[in-house]
Amino acid sequence: MNLRPDPTFHASPKLAMQAPVENFAFTVMLSPDGSQSDGIAVVDLRHGSDTYGQIVHQVIVPNKGDEFHHFGWNACSSSLSPLTGHAFLERRYLIVPGIRSSRIYVIDVKDPLKAHIHKTIEPEELFEKTGYSRPHTIHCGPEGIYVSTLGGGGPDGTDGPPGIFIMDCETFDIIGRYEMDRGKQDKHYDFWWNLPQDYMVSSEWGLPPQFENGIVAEDLLSNKYGHSIHFWDLRARKNIQTMDLGENHQMALEIRPAHDPTKSYGFCGVVVDTTNLQGAIFTWWRDDDGVWQSKKTITIDPVPADPDDLPDLLKGFGAVPPLVTDIDLSLDDKYLYVACWGLGEMHQYDVSDPMNPVLAGKVELGGIVADHKHANGKDFAFGPQMVEVSRDGKRVYWTNSLYSTWDDQFYPNDEGGQMVMANVGEDGSFTLDKDFYIDFPKGLRAHQIRLEGGDCSTDSFCYPSV
Amino acid sequence: MAELTSVAALWWAVIISGFYHGINPGMGWPLAVSAALMERKHTAMPKALAMLALGHFVAMIAILLPFTVMIALVTWEVEIRVGAGLLVIAMGVYLLINRRHPRFLARVHPARLALWSFLAAMAHGAGLMLVPIFLGICAIGAEETGHLAAQALMGNNIMTAFGVAAVHTFAMTAAGGVIAVIIYFWLGLKFLSRTWFNLDIVWALSLVLVGCFGIYSALYGH
Repeated sequence: MNLRPDPTFHASPKLAMQAPVENFAFTVMLSPDGSQSDGIAVVDLRHGSDTYGQIVHQVIVPNKGDEFHHFGWNACSSSLSPLTGHAFLERRYLIVPGIRSSRIYVIDVKDPLKAHIHKTIEPEELFEKTGYSRPHTIHCGPEGIYVSTLGGGGPDGTDGPPGIFIMDCETFDIIGRYEMDRGKQDKHYDFWWNLPQDYMVSSEWGLPPQFENGIVAEDLLSNKYGHSIHFWDLRARKNIQTMDLGENHQMALEIRPAHDPTKSYGFCGVVVDTTNLQGAIFTWWRDDDGVWQSKKTITIDPVPADPDDLPDLLKGFGAVPPLVTDIDLSLDDKYLYVACWGLGEMHQYDVSDPMNPVLAGKVELGGIVADHKHANGKDFAFGPQMVEVSRDGKRVYWTNSLYSTWDDQFYPNDEGGQMVMANVGEDGSFTLDKDFYIDFPKGLRAHQIRLEGGDCSTDSFCYPSV
Repeated sequence: MAELTSVAALWWAVIISGFYHGINPGMGWPLAVSAALMERKHTAMPKALAMLALGHFVAMIAILLPFTVMIALVTWEVEIRVGAGLLVIAMGVYLLINRRHPRFLARVHPARLALWSFLAAMAHGAGLMLVPIFLGICAIGAEETGHLAAQALMGNNIMTAFGVAAVHTFAMTAAGGVIAVIIYFWLGLKFLSRTWFNLDIVWALSLVLVGCFGIYSALYGH
């Protein structure tokens, strides 16, 4: 507990953009076959530092087979909520779940160079207290730390629907399930919210048997992955509207609401349209009658390819699907970054008009067929995947692994973990930084990135930018 | 004359405790700022302040009224005042030991400001902080008016309770309103986090202090 609010808590997105820039990044390192322990890499981003752009510390966990994926902070700018007044928490701990083991680590990063495990929550405790498994997305909010899960109970996670549970933001005890009325929601992936407007939006990937051992082609072609997003009354914990994006829009993953809390819209990325292999972004918004609406505002076409160049999974299609697997919105709600993991492209859209996004820039790197080299001449395994934008919007970082078993299906001959960065100029120009290239320790792949002091997919703001 | 200053001092305590509650962000001034910003109009601020004031006022009355009934039992006056003092101290000690924030406040809808303000005041023992002061005023009042019938005395005390709650709430709203207005119109949101201090311990100690004062004045003062 501090006597003053943590200096990394900002009332509005604009104040967060003006704050000092990030000094460190924390990036997930995962062992795809569980032969090594997973960990968190601490990357030096201090300008002028001799070790800038290098991994300067690693927190390696004692267990194997956790499979780290997404993670998040114990506290963010949502602590300045005038309603909850948790302003004196410290942004100090990273909550890191293993989506394969269901174990959760709480890592103390107060001194990033000495980051260490503070607490471990064993899977049994999670199962017992929530009936959920495979914890995934972390957001800090009004009632504590909210964690979405991908699985329900039972060994294969299909005994009951997955959902969200709440952890105490000080003791990290698991409190219990979030939902009081989940409506039609029976799958889960991402979630985010608008705190003053009191709504939450959640999305769907698939159930554990549909992803743990690789993508199930029959399920995809018969449209059995998630294709709905759910709108919730956040504090009443009630699903108020389920919106089906159409069953061909398979895997509605990342939810990115506008950061300015006066706005009632956001975006959702769809991995693949099974009718034409397109990737898509939907814009969702609340209309004047309070009903949620959505419209497909971005489509990205597949690129025809010689079946000989394609992995078995795609040979029959003769094309590379874009595979929109992650999106991230800059804090000024101006640029939406869209990872096209299959094509090997990172797109930058100007979404100043959220209903009419305009492709403003593009970086080509990796890709199933294109296999673009980095500007420094080195290889980039897989394609651009987890993307994180600095608070000031000037640096865009990304890594390359999607999910262990899926990497192996889409990129059977690739291996490696890389983290790169692109610069965004005052005019919005989007270019890969030639000198920023981190090769991860052998045998480890890279997934989500968190930036010291918050980033564009962490903080929820309670006051508008004015 | 000494008694007059004493009554005046107690009323000043009511006002000062109002200012004190008002500057505590936990009693809601940041909500007034956010309401004006969210609705993008200045008029949302006085409306929000009025809702916060209403909730606070009701919370004060809810705590003070039961004591107006009890204190009408004049023979037990000292015991009741000592008991009230102990209760206030207990609340302070509880808040010192239990430093967790009341999670149920997070479940109130952001638009229900009066309800939020009521619950926040209750959870923080804001009403209790007034009890010893209020009982002091009642005791002096009873002495001045002589031995009225219990019913008349209770009527007086109820009037006093409403007076104390109103004056206190007015002072609270003025103090919180001034901060909200300064931040909204001049300083900007940056100062929202800069002016937000952790008053938790000071607040809990204030309750202990006021409780001790209540016991002391019951035994040795009025």
